[in-house]
Amino acid sequence: MSADAQPLKTPGATGNPGGPRRPDHERTVRASLPRRLVSRPELGAVVGAVAVFVFFSVAADAFLQWSSFSTVLYASSTIGIMAVPVALLMIGGEFDLSTGVLVTSSALISSMFSYQMTANVWVGVGVSLLATLAIGFFNGCLLVRTGLPSFIITLATFLILQGCNLGFTKLISDTVSTKSIADMEGFPSAHKVFASHLTIGDVEVQVTVLWWFALIALATWILLRTRAGNWIFAVGGAKEAARAVGVPVNRTKIGLYMGVSFAAWISGQHLLFHYDVVQSGEGVGNELLYIIAAVIGGCLLTGGYGSAVGAAVGAFIFGMTNKGIVYAQWGADWFKFFLGAMLLLATLLNWWVRKRAEASK
Amino acid sequence: MTAALVAAALGAGLAGCSSTGGKRAEERAAQAAQGRAAVTTPKWTFAMVTHSGDGDTFWDIVQSGAKQAAVKDNIKFLYAHNEEGKEQAQLVQSYIDQKVDGLIVTLAKPDAMKSVVKRAQKAGIPVITVNSGSGESKKFGALTHVGQDETIAGEAVGEELNKRGRKKALCVLHEQGNVGHEQRCDGAAETFEGKLEKIYVEGTNMPDVESSIEAKLQSDKDIDSVVTLGAPFADTAAKAADGAGSEAEIDTFDLNAKVAAALQDGTLGFAVDQQPYLQGYEAVDLLWLHRYNADVLGGGKPVLTGPQIVTKGDAAELAAYTKRGTR
Repeated sequence: MSADAQPLKTPGATGNPGGPRRPDHERTVRASLPRRLVSRPELGAVVGAVAVFVFFSVAADAFLQWSSFSTVLYASSTIGIMAVPVALLMIGGEFDLSTGVLVTSSALISSMFSYQMTANVWVGVGVSLLATLAIGFFNGCLLVRTGLPSFIITLATFLILQGCNLGFTKLISDTVSTKSIADMEGFPSAHKVFASHLTIGDVEVQVTVLWWFALIALATWILLRTRAGNWIFAVGGAKEAARAVGVPVNRTKIGLYMGVSFAAWISGQHLLFHYDVVQSGEGVGNELLYIIAAVIGGCLLTGGYGSAVGAAVGAFIFGMTNKGIVYAQWGADWFKFFLGAMLLLATLLNWWVRKRAEASK
Repeated sequence: MTAALVAAALGAGLAGCSSTGGKRAEERAAQAAQGRAAVTTPKWTFAMVTHSGDGDTFWDIVQSGAKQAAVKDNIKFLYAHNEEGKEQAQLVQSYIDQKVDGLIVTLAKPDAMKSVVKRAQKAGIPVITVNSGSGESKKFGALTHVGQDETIAGEAVGEELNKRGRKKALCVLHEQGNVGHEQRCDGAAETFEGKLEKIYVEGTNMPDVESSIEAKLQSDKDIDSVVTLGAPFADTAAKAADGAGSEAEIDTFDLNAKVAAALQDGTLGFAVDQQPYLQGYEAVDLLWLHRYNADVLGGGKPVLTGPQIVTKGDAAELAAYTKRGTR
């Protein structure tokens, strides 16, 4: 089963639930490389990324240094780690507004558990994984049981988590940030896994970049090479039809939410081990960044279409733009304006390229 | 299945105890501060309404000051906060409806608060403003303003930077549109003889704060000092400078345990403390004095709680106080 069979037009309405990407008869003959390229959802995003890269290479002197590249990559990875599973969730036709604070929750749980129990920090990290996955499971279960829009369910989770983050932190540590766990056993090894950096040649690569790449690879494999991947496209494209042909819709959706939780756990542990203490009010608003990255990367807001690589490229575009404006030394007061304008341009280019690609088929 | 996993994790938790750090270490060191009222005045109720966002370390310290004064003065202390001016005014109104005996408010968004402060007076409730609004406090009819003048605090930073021979500084604003933040940076620019640049970062997203400062330092190698406007951001700025290979000195507004530790080991140059504990404590105490003795402090001029410049020499003494959350 190859990647070239994704429906390009009217995604989400394919009515071929067993796997919209199953090769049609006319496509059993492998298409030529350029043709296969234009049918990929991330094509537009890649073109957009190249354009942004070239633009800032010219506009900002400092942009082309290796050290700058590593900064941009780090910024992209902290969004990208979450954007990848969020993209999968969106392909599966659902939203999650609780992702931003879930990352903070995950960090708070491991920090406070380790501290209060005076336990080896790895114990806290393990407990946090279970708790975070449970929250994803809760989101997914509630969604499939009630049939309410994911917007409402995850908005509620968002608020509940935000309250819990603050309430529990205050209750347990009596301040709004956690105590430092940097002097506790297991910290050095956990720091290595979640927050260290490697030096490759002249470039310092943060370990989050490796986590990010690993997640992209895993998500792409799941989407394009496994049965679960077919199910994800199917439930996002045509849920009822998918159910009719025996796709386990509920299991798939719950799994997607737990995937998001898993990535939130990784991000949360990075926050914790990078900064030692966690501020309980953090993370609000970040959920939007993850969705933005996925959308820039070619995911449809209506579900059934998109890719993990696209979301990663979307995160990279966001990271480059976000930091590129700083490298270009444009007026700080106008930062958000430039950010919005650049993203709009990148997305328009993305859209235009995709239109052209469709027209040329 | 899940229960088994949790049980296993808990079991591992008991087995995997850390012999360093953690709560036990803190308990060993902690001495419980017992609170008992020192006066026999009736149990009055004072309410405080601030413009703080959720989970702000700074306001936590203000509260702990207010609470301690409340215990001493036999006061029932209520607290609420909202960053939206309109919502903040509604909270104040609800306390007026409850007929509290005294109000403490911040005037970060003075226009939104104006009418409700006037209404409090009409209801005969004395108001003390804290932290922000030194300009409006008297106009609105508050008894006293307790706080730091942000511009003066900024100016102190500029002078300290001069003293340290700095040439180019970066002012890191973690909330776009916060008037107090702008005043701090502008005040610093006023007295600083070198060049001062601003950068806006997303305060709720630490990795973004770090990578933005790092990007700025990479693109401008002349920057030799970075001034953050909140204690949690100082440590992040230090990481960013490290990542950018920059020698810039990191200085900050406000204190916390990490800042105190970093001052001690030389990672940070100096911190400007406006003593939030004092703002909460004094406000409650002054309201009590007003009720008990009709006292007024400041004579219409703000009572300044800062700026106090804290450097390596002071840090050792303050470290213990920041840990217990009162500095």
